[in-house]
Amino acid sequence: MISRRDFLAAGTALASLLAAGGAGFAQAVDTGKLTEAELLRFGTPGTFTILHLTDIHAQLMPLYFREPSVNLGVGAARGLPPHLTDGAFLDYFKLRPGTRDAYAMTAQDFTALARAYGRMGGADRMARLVKAIRAERGADKVLVLDGGDGLQGSWSALQTKGEDMVKVFSALGLDAMVGHWEFTYGADRMMALKETAPFAFLAQNVRSIEWQEPVFDAARMFEKGGARVAVIGQAFPRTPISNPRWMIPDWEFGIREEDMQKQVDAARADGADAVVVLSHNGFDVDRKMASRVSGIDVILTGHTHDAMPAVVEVGKTLLVATGSHGKFISRLDLDAKDGKVTGYRFQLIPVFSDAITPDPEMEKLVAQVRAPYAAALAREVGRTDSLLYRRGNFNGTFDDMICDALLKERDAEIALSPGFRWGGTLLPGDPITFEAIANATAITYPACYRNTMTGRQLKDVLEDVADNIFHPDPYFQGGGDMVRVGGVGYAIDVSKGVGQRISGLTFLKTGKPVEADKSYTVAGWASVAQNVEGPPIWDVVERYVADTRTVTVTPNSAVKVTGA
Amino acid sequence: MTFHHDATRVPSRRRALQMAGVAALAAVLAPRLSRATEAQVADEMKALFGGKTMGEGKIKLDLPEIAENGLVVPINIDVESPMSETDFVRSVHVFADGNPLPQVVTYHFTPESGKASASTRMRLAQTQNVIAVAEMSSGALYSAKAQVKVTIGGCGG
Repeated sequence: MISRRDFLAAGTALASLLAAGGAGFAQAVDTGKLTEAELLRFGTPGTFTILHLTDIHAQLMPLYFREPSVNLGVGAARGLPPHLTDGAFLDYFKLRPGTRDAYAMTAQDFTALARAYGRMGGADRMARLVKAIRAERGADKVLVLDGGDGLQGSWSALQTKGEDMVKVFSALGLDAMVGHWEFTYGADRMMALKETAPFAFLAQNVRSIEWQEPVFDAARMFEKGGARVAVIGQAFPRTPISNPRWMIPDWEFGIREEDMQKQVDAARADGADAVVVLSHNGFDVDRKMASRVSGIDVILTGHTHDAMPAVVEVGKTLLVATGSHGKFISRLDLDAKDGKVTGYRFQLIPVFSDAITPDPEMEKLVAQVRAPYAAALAREVGRTDSLLYRRGNFNGTFDDMICDALLKERDAEIALSPGFRWGGTLLPGDPITFEAIANATAITYPACYRNTMTGRQLKDVLEDVADNIFHPDPYFQGGGDMVRVGGVGYAIDVSKGVGQRISGLTFLKTGKPVEADKSYTVAGWASVAQNVEGPPIWDVVERYVADTRTVTVTPNSAVKVTGA
Repeated sequence: MTFHHDATRVPSRRRALQMAGVAALAAVLAPRLSRATEAQVADEMKALFGGKTMGEGKIKLDLPEIAENGLVVPINIDVESPMSETDFVRSVHVFADGNPLPQVVTYHFTPESGKASASTRMRLAQTQNVIAVAEMSSGALYSAKAQVKVTIGGCGG
């Protein structure tokens, strides 16, 4: 049982860091205020309250999660939130370094602040907050919505094909969710989960390919606080491109902006006082959609894992960004009457696990769903000397470790690892448990292939993925970060067009340029092709960590970025 | 240790892209298909329409921004017209400027068609522009253009 941390002690820790010459902690004294009551403090309640969680990636236990220090925006999004990191992020939102918000929302001084403020998230802590707000407001005034990527990302979720998370979401009293990684359990499993869940699974933008019939309910009307609240679901529009299409062969996705407009209009015609889109588009796509579809009051954004302490307004539409991994719950209170939203109050609530009392019922359920895997999850495979994290447009140290594992265990010259944005962070000195490995790798298509690829093909891969992230029009982007590479380095100019961004591909072992017509041995995982053979990635990483015992990752300087 | 079943041969670009942990679309094949140049498409259109100026508007072209499957990309065309005896859409031509054979389809209409609307699926070899040209009963021409990305996805979020 985790005891509640004394945050005055945390304050002291920071003060001593400051005394020892650590920079950026001058304002950290306010940590003494970090209590559950303070986290729940809110202004005037609205007609009803929306609680939004998203992209928790099946993380049931509190964890560390370092936000990116590189998150570049292109085109109209250049220099705008969420494409601000560290100092620029703090300046924009008028936050001070070293504070709880700086720790929760940026990568600045991450290791020191993580040691002071502790882990975040945990289903039992989230349940405590949700219950407290329900008790304060009355259940008939609270809508709990999940923005997708909730049922995937942990070992127990993978083993139960999402069932553990459906149980947890049901216990949390979820009203509705949307999907993305959920679809990687396959179409049949997705439909079975939907049938058993007591909450709605909404998606206006999924159709059967042959007849163009809707696969899911597009929207649902809720009565909350006397207002009619329409919630329209928007699944990740690029699912069949980013993830294996063969797992959902009969479904077609897409943004379907005109159909979204029709849904909004239908909701208005049905007497909605507020229209809310529960979206897994990604922030930049939602920002564009908000400027082109009229009549949406709120878009609850997801997919790109951005956490912002304030709502972004696009015309009359409010965009909420709740982060990922259970680090935050967003509370949005709307004043809604006579078909109109006339006011709002917003709070991004950071889920500081040491400040929040676990909800005993959820704690019990979490222990129960994890019990069959407890021994495997706790298995300590090795330790890390370095901070291991995932996020960043071009690399993360956890991915560097995965690439090292691929190179060594698969005896390859070049490693490729997908730019997933999920998976926890480990602090220097932390054990690397099987759970930590699974949290970054637990997918339904985990095979590690080994093959050959020419230099030209490698460049094509990098160019295509780069265009998927840095295309100036968000409707042509797919989300995720750049594919991670091991054994090679390259330069990228993010301001250039497709096919023109990548240069200077270098084979690191020899320091020589990668030759277009020469073949290289390549190892990788998460291929979207069918019938890929090879050991699962978690076995490959476990073997590598067990052999290495203590992992040290040197800072990656193999990718040179310009044009930002 | 099991190897990928293709381990002995140099993979196609498609295979390479899929292997990268990202999606590839079937039309991205090696050896590369010869593609029409924009100039060739312009020539072809000139031969058909005699270099007449084309107006904008009237055509609503629905295409995905990014194709989910390059082998069967859905296209829907609607042309605004009263479709009366004296004012109707005579034909709609569809071109894909990055395909080996850029002329995709031509639809013919009469006032009895009721509306000038058509849907089909087409193969797109790579990222390219799809152009629709509507020929009205008056002889006036209208065109609309949209880019479709036929490529791989990011390693989705």
